[in-house]
Amino acid sequence: MNIRCKKPQISRDKVKKFFLGSKDKQGFGKMTIIYALLICIGFVYLYPLLYMISRSFMPLDDLLDTSVDWIPSTFYIKNYVNAAKSMNFWKTFGQSVIIAGLPTLLNVVVCSIIGYGFARYNFRGKKIMLGILIFSFILPAQVTMMPNYVWYSDLKILNSLNAFILPAALGQGLKSQIFILIFYNFFRQVPQALIEASKIDGAGHFKSFVKIALPSAAPAILVVFLFSIVWYWNESYLTQLYVCGAVSKSDWSTLVVSLKNFADSYTTQASVTGSGMVSLNESIKMSGTMLSILPLLIMYFVLQRQFVESLDRTGITGE
Amino acid sequence: MSREKTVKRKTGHLKKKEEHVGYLFVLPWIIGMLLFVIYPLTQSFQYAFYKIKMTPKGRVLTWVGMKNYLDIWQKDVNFPTELAGYALNTLLAVPVIVVFALIISLLLNSKIRMKGVFRLIFFLPVIIASGPVMAQLADQGAATIPSMNTVMIYQVLNGFLPGMIAEAITNLFDNMIMILWYSGVQILLFLAAIQKIDKSLYEAAKIDGSSTWEEFWKITLPTIKPMVLLTAVYTVIFLSNNEQNGLIVLIQSAMFDVSRGYGYASAMAWMYAIIVTVIVALVAVLLITKKDAYAKKEKAYRRELKKEKRTLAKVRRKGERYEHKMQKTSN
Repeated sequence: MNIRCKKPQISRDKVKKFFLGSKDKQGFGKMTIIYALLICIGFVYLYPLLYMISRSFMPLDDLLDTSVDWIPSTFYIKNYVNAAKSMNFWKTFGQSVIIAGLPTLLNVVVCSIIGYGFARYNFRGKKIMLGILIFSFILPAQVTMMPNYVWYSDLKILNSLNAFILPAALGQGLKSQIFILIFYNFFRQVPQALIEASKIDGAGHFKSFVKIALPSAAPAILVVFLFSIVWYWNESYLTQLYVCGAVSKSDWSTLVVSLKNFADSYTTQASVTGSGMVSLNESIKMSGTMLSILPLLIMYFVLQRQFVESLDRTGITGE
Repeated sequence: MSREKTVKRKTGHLKKKEEHVGYLFVLPWIIGMLLFVIYPLTQSFQYAFYKIKMTPKGRVLTWVGMKNYLDIWQKDVNFPTELAGYALNTLLAVPVIVVFALIISLLLNSKIRMKGVFRLIFFLPVIIASGPVMAQLADQGAATIPSMNTVMIYQVLNGFLPGMIAEAITNLFDNMIMILWYSGVQILLFLAAIQKIDKSLYEAAKIDGSSTWEEFWKITLPTIKPMVLLTAVYTVIFLSNNEQNGLIVLIQSAMFDVSRGYGYASAMAWMYAIIVTVIVALVAVLLITKKDAYAKKEKAYRRELKKEKRTLAKVRRKGERYEHKMQKTSN
């Protein structure tokens, strides 16, 4: 610790002030600790991602070579090519977008309507309904999963996209409860006077919702949209069970689900194409993983500013 | 919800109409609730008492009573051990996640540069942490902090703790990054709560000569205490619905297993649900905010007042009755 001050005398008080800070200024020492902590934890956070990126570019030789630790000797793109081939990337990607996108749109529309209904109107049994809403969030999905599976197959919506669309259209999609609560909280903050004014001007109940409440709810909509699409995208278990088919395969698949079965599908693919493909190794697995999260990463980096800002404004916390 | 409590009156026509519109708005949810939650719930409850066989003609249900439940505890090898492991891991992981999220959100809330970049990093796991991705990463050994020697930790802990708990703690360290990755949403919740705290509170404390440390314990923590409960409950639910969870895999495998089937899996799911509820209740009891002393005193005072009023009324009534009687006798 060498402190070089221009001033000749360094009093003990001054040094203390410099490191620990005074009442109105953060001290240098304290700031260093905060930054050090943040950077260290940030690195720990990023470590798996960095590891994944670095590994995904390594050719087989680098994997075996112990002297290569982080930076691959050549950027071996072929890993990605092979992984994409085995995952059937473009087709699966398109299906993933549909499987995550359609229920998400429904979630946004339906949850906003329901949230508005809860926030704006008083009716008997509202408290009980909100209680049930929270209860259904706490309830482990496993309890209803099995009968739902049977129930869907009775309704003939199993192994098709409808198995996601129908519940989402009725406000029972993936974690819809949270979204309803987000909208509920948000619409409660919309001043009642605004809606009453629109009523005096002759707007009906639905029109005042669409024209007055909804446009002011843009941040909430963005948050719900993003979270919903992320959760649908990442949901592999229910997707596999309801949409892709656990027993009999439908031709629906998502990137995350195909990642789950990556090893099997890769080996079969490799045996079909023959010599063209290298046998499965760590790097190819990592490239597959990378491919499955890449679309979300891109979306996140593009939308992150709006995302963080609207998170602040939605009051996601919900007292 | 309805803050203005009006005098009870027959609901007017207009108000009734409003009510109907309200029902109309939440109608989709009610239908969905009945169709996709309540109905399956009753079904699942019923299934747990049956042995269900899938035949080409359809499902054949045979009544077996409590046998499914008994089998789970008496004959199944995996379920009790998995369940115990799950409960232990969850109880250990929840405090770690909550405290960690709190620390991170406090750090993020301090006056620093590049706040945006750090936020970006800490919210990243929310976006990419899905089951298979986690599985792949854990498979590659990217889930541990590289230079952490867990064997040492295990040996040290094993010296004075029972083997199972020591193993669970070691497991926690083994999957440290995963655990940290799970705290994305929690950080979000805490950050939002901390930002809502009134700044003037801190200013007042500063004038009184408080340190940051004191401010944290006396202002920040008490204010966000309800949020701690919410976060803890969310964490428990998240961990139990997680695809990395061994129990879920077990339930699913039982579901498509010929010898066990839906009934058995349903019973398992119910057992699991009960355990989850118990853990949630435990967390809630531990963290629920106690009413503060003033509120308690106020309530006691109100009660006292009411009692006094009642005794007064009683005395008066007694007196009236007595007078009445006296009048009668004098007449």
